[in-house]
Amino acid sequence: MLHIVNKSPYEKTSLASCLAHARKGGAVLLIEDAVYAATRGSVAEAALRRAMQDVAVYALGPDLEARGIKGKVMDGVTVVDFGGFVDLVAEHRTNQSWL
Amino acid sequence: MTDTRDEIDAEEGAGVVKKFMFVNRKAPYGTIYALESLEVVLISAAFDQDVSLAFLDDGVYQLVKGQDTKAIEVKNFSPTYRALEGYDVEKLYVERESLAARGLTEDDLLVPVQVVSAAEMAELMEAQDVVIGF
Repeated sequence: MLHIVNKSPYEKTSLASCLAHARKGGAVLLIEDAVYAATRGSVAEAALRRAMQDVAVYALGPDLEARGIKGKVMDGVTVVDFGGFVDLVAEHRTNQSWL
Repeated sequence: MTDTRDEIDAEEGAGVVKKFMFVNRKAPYGTIYALESLEVVLISAAFDQDVSLAFLDDGVYQLVKGQDTKAIEVKNFSPTYRALEGYDVEKLYVERESLAARGLTEDDLLVPVQVVSAAEMAELMEAQDVVIGF
């Protein structure tokens, strides 16, 4: 399953909840304010690092660029463009948005 | 008219039943999410789909007994959860960890539910055809 998160991890529990329910082999795509979770040296980095043992983590490039943090993306996070977003949705049988 | 209806049914795969899960993660009155979720649940049930509801995080507050919204002048939609059975919506899953974190137990809830662990909830989500979050 592809999990899509769009809220900052510092404002909402969406990312934490998502990571608690993402199963091995799944994927997590961070979009909109959720991309702040993917920045080096952030509090959220450790949680994402643990999650990466079981799931692939992606972040939407246009949202990183818009927020000026593209250069701060932590290792292990794959940056995708809008086309990549569509590919991820197509590659997974189901997807779930964590609002 | 009948022919047209049949053609449309054939094109759109009438009779296909998918497993839909509606994931409720928000408290009932602070935002419109909980009420909107209920509306969509009822619509899905009307289309004879295999519907289940998940309640986790603040979503468990939607099922707390004794809600009385008179003084805030909004609709108390909590009785609707008890009516879901009449629409053949009988799979209500509540996450144990979310209840515990909020000092709630199954006895605090207004409708019979299945209490499941986060790991079991994750499995249930994986088994769906469509998962819609609120």
